[in-house]
Amino acid sequence: MTNYKTDLTQLKNEEMILNMGPQHPSMHGVLRLELLTDGEIVKECTPHIGYLHRCFEKHAENLTYQQIIPFVDRMDYLTSMNNDHIFVMGVEKMMGIDQAIPKRTEYIRVLVSELNRIASHLIAIGTYGMDIGAVTPFFWCFRDREHILNLLEWASGARLLYNYIWVGGNFYDLPIGFEDRCSEFVEYFKPKMRDLDDLLTNNQIFINRTKNVGVLPLDVAVNYGCSGPMLRASGLKWDLRRVDEYSIYPELEFNVPMGEGLMGTVGDCWDRYYVRVQEVYESLHIIEQCLERLKGPLKRSADYDPRSNMPKKIIPKAQEFYIRGESPKGELGYFFVTDGKTERPIRCKARSGSFSNLSVLPEITKGAMIADIVAILGSIDIVLGEVDR
Amino acid sequence: MESNFLPSDYFPIVLQLLAAIGFVGLTMLATHLVGPKRKTKDKLETFECGIEQQGDARAPISIKYFLVAILFVLFDVEVIFMYPWAVNFREMGMQGLMEMFVFIGLLLAGFVYIIKKGALDWE
Amino acid sequence: MTFYIISISLLAFVAIYALMGVWAERKISALIQDRVGPVETGKFGLLQTFADIIKLLQKEDIVPTTADKVLFTLAPVLVFTSVFMGFAVLPFSPAYISSNINIGLFYFMAIISIEVVGILMAGWASNNKYAFLGSIRSIAQIIAYEIPAGIAVLSAVMIYQSLNLQEIAFQQGIYAKSDIYFFGFWKVNTVGGFLSWGVFQAPHLFVAAIIYFIASLAEANRTPFDIPEAESELVAGFHVEYSGFKFGALFLAEYAMMFLTSMVLVILFFGAWYSPLPNIAKVQLAEWTNGTYWGIFWILLKTLLIVVLQIWIRWTLPRFRADQLMNFCWKVLIPVSFACLFISAFWKLIVL
Repeated sequence: MTNYKTDLTQLKNEEMILNMGPQHPSMHGVLRLELLTDGEIVKECTPHIGYLHRCFEKHAENLTYQQIIPFVDRMDYLTSMNNDHIFVMGVEKMMGIDQAIPKRTEYIRVLVSELNRIASHLIAIGTYGMDIGAVTPFFWCFRDREHILNLLEWASGARLLYNYIWVGGNFYDLPIGFEDRCSEFVEYFKPKMRDLDDLLTNNQIFINRTKNVGVLPLDVAVNYGCSGPMLRASGLKWDLRRVDEYSIYPELEFNVPMGEGLMGTVGDCWDRYYVRVQEVYESLHIIEQCLERLKGPLKRSADYDPRSNMPKKIIPKAQEFYIRGESPKGELGYFFVTDGKTERPIRCKARSGSFSNLSVLPEITKGAMIADIVAILGSIDIVLGEVDR
Repeated sequence: MESNFLPSDYFPIVLQLLAAIGFVGLTMLATHLVGPKRKTKDKLETFECGIEQQGDARAPISIKYFLVAILFVLFDVEVIFMYPWAVNFREMGMQGLMEMFVFIGLLLAGFVYIIKKGALDWE
Repeated sequence: MTFYIISISLLAFVAIYALMGVWAERKISALIQDRVGPVETGKFGLLQTFADIIKLLQKEDIVPTTADKVLFTLAPVLVFTSVFMGFAVLPFSPAYISSNINIGLFYFMAIISIEVVGILMAGWASNNKYAFLGSIRSIAQIIAYEIPAGIAVLSAVMIYQSLNLQEIAFQQGIYAKSDIYFFGFWKVNTVGGFLSWGVFQAPHLFVAAIIYFIASLAEANRTPFDIPEAESELVAGFHVEYSGFKFGALFLAEYAMMFLTSMVLVILFFGAWYSPLPNIAKVQLAEWTNGTYWGIFWILLKTLLIVVLQIWIRWTLPRFRADQLMNFCWKVLIPVSFACLFISAFWKLIVL
């Protein structure tokens, strides 16, 4: 009985320890929460993590950079493209070849990353509906996500863990006809998002369940290192795509949605949910721009080789280097230590958005009800693969 | 209301009771005898999301639920009094109606008191 | 001695209905969610739930070591029995009623309350925190929603002046013995059809019908009031520990309960076994489409439509939180249902 933080003998009358997870339908994987409850009210919530620990960092020290990419895929398995993109960008910057990457390659990377961002947000939105008790949005989101997976499978050959973006280029060029199919998807998908708004976003029960629940004040969010939609919902315009201006994002036009407290307080669950919904629209807008350029000025040509700039051996010079980017869950960063001699990093530390976002959970669940715990956890949108790595 | 209702009218209810208990009981017994019996210690533990349970589930629980239950008893007993009145109130006329309204009024006064007192708020 | 046959056929009906209800639920949810639902077993997957129940029947009978074995076994029996006994007083047609007693409605309200005891037994006996929380939530919810349901039913009873469900049924169409009026101004004894249904006999009865429908959702533990078994919070609520046929019995009871409450709704407010078609001059649709067998057809059709409505609501709406649920009951439904009661009294005494 050592696996509980709270001592049973210290319990007051009418208090109960309720254990949620790892085998629980709404823990989004294998998270375990230890709740100290008084009836329906939760007095304290302690997350226990580590059930999905797969030694990413140790593995990374024993593999070449190209070989690490499949492991990066498996960190946040819902957003493989974004993980790859940021990781590859870091290695390229260490090698000093980031300026030599062709524009078309970079546009393809952003296109697939944004597609993957939509897929990830669709899961966040759908499972959030399920956490609140509405099952239908979940299936609608998965139906539309299926189209994205089909597109990405067509491009990369895999449905979930793509290993598509490589250091110095992409594994393949886009398949012929991909751009048209992608435009078709965008046209198909826009009305579906509006249907979803009717079904879930504006549902009065849903609003009542999420407004003023799990309010995350901005100072707490900053202190805990929250990032991504979580931080933006609390009212800070902090999107690394705009702050760091990496890749080709400066050339693209998109807004950074923020929590406005439309239904209740700024930073409540509804705001976090709605920021993601709006980000789906923004990603669609980015995809449209990418497609326009990939069909126009950066059209496919016979002499374009997506692997032309791939270095034979990746041996960055000795340095300590931190790269960060905006993954759908938040700030995803990699810290490399290299010695300039081997093809392997001495140290590769990953900083994941989910982990920092989850750490704020005990803070914002104090005094909530058991049903709220599920609502708050769903609005944080964690992926345990990224929390435990 | 006719008075030709006899105690024997309730006999079908007894029959249904026996049929239901017989059906569920027999099927339960049959499945108990027919089904496999491979009992292990872990299988017979109660479900606590894959972790050993700490403490007893039969713990004292928040008074909120108890309040709701008590309030229900009060209201439901009052509502039971209304059933016979509801069937016959036309014969009692305006006077019976007024008397009943005084009764319901007292009940509603209590109801308003409960709400104003905040007995039904959870926080 | 027809009631022997009726009692036994009711049991068979409830079992088959519950199985088909599960199938319908899965098909309708599939329709709503852009899926196909069960298709493999039988035509359109019709035999899927039969296959499921056969699987449940041969499952191992698991009773946790820390559970109270007697209560654990008794709970499904009690839940199923209480729900099934509610069917005893329901008139299926002018001629078919299992037990034609003069306090039928009162009996119905009483017998479905017993289900709560079964749920509490299940939760307590399991010795599982989720089951326990689920059962306590269930009690708070079901007993709280019994008050608006009871008062809404009362306001209908005051219009019909009877507690006998068969008599209430008779008063909503062409066989009525007393005078019935469409909204109090048009005598519709000879017209019949939907014009003479309970909801049209007094304007506020429609509100009462909605209150009763909402409360019946709560009593049958259906979304948006399914907090006792809230899957995403309490895993499966009070029946976490149940498996095999014990779970099957609880499951059957849940679907039977849906049908039972819907049928009472139809009997009280939507014309029971009367046809919805009115007599129009020479076209005597009401005369032609009423009778013993027509009655069974109409009441099943109407009840199943209400059941479909319940299923539709389940797959559309999210779930309430426990305190919102209570607030909704005590601060919205109960005051409105009392208003209905007052209007009923004045309507019957003054308007008619």
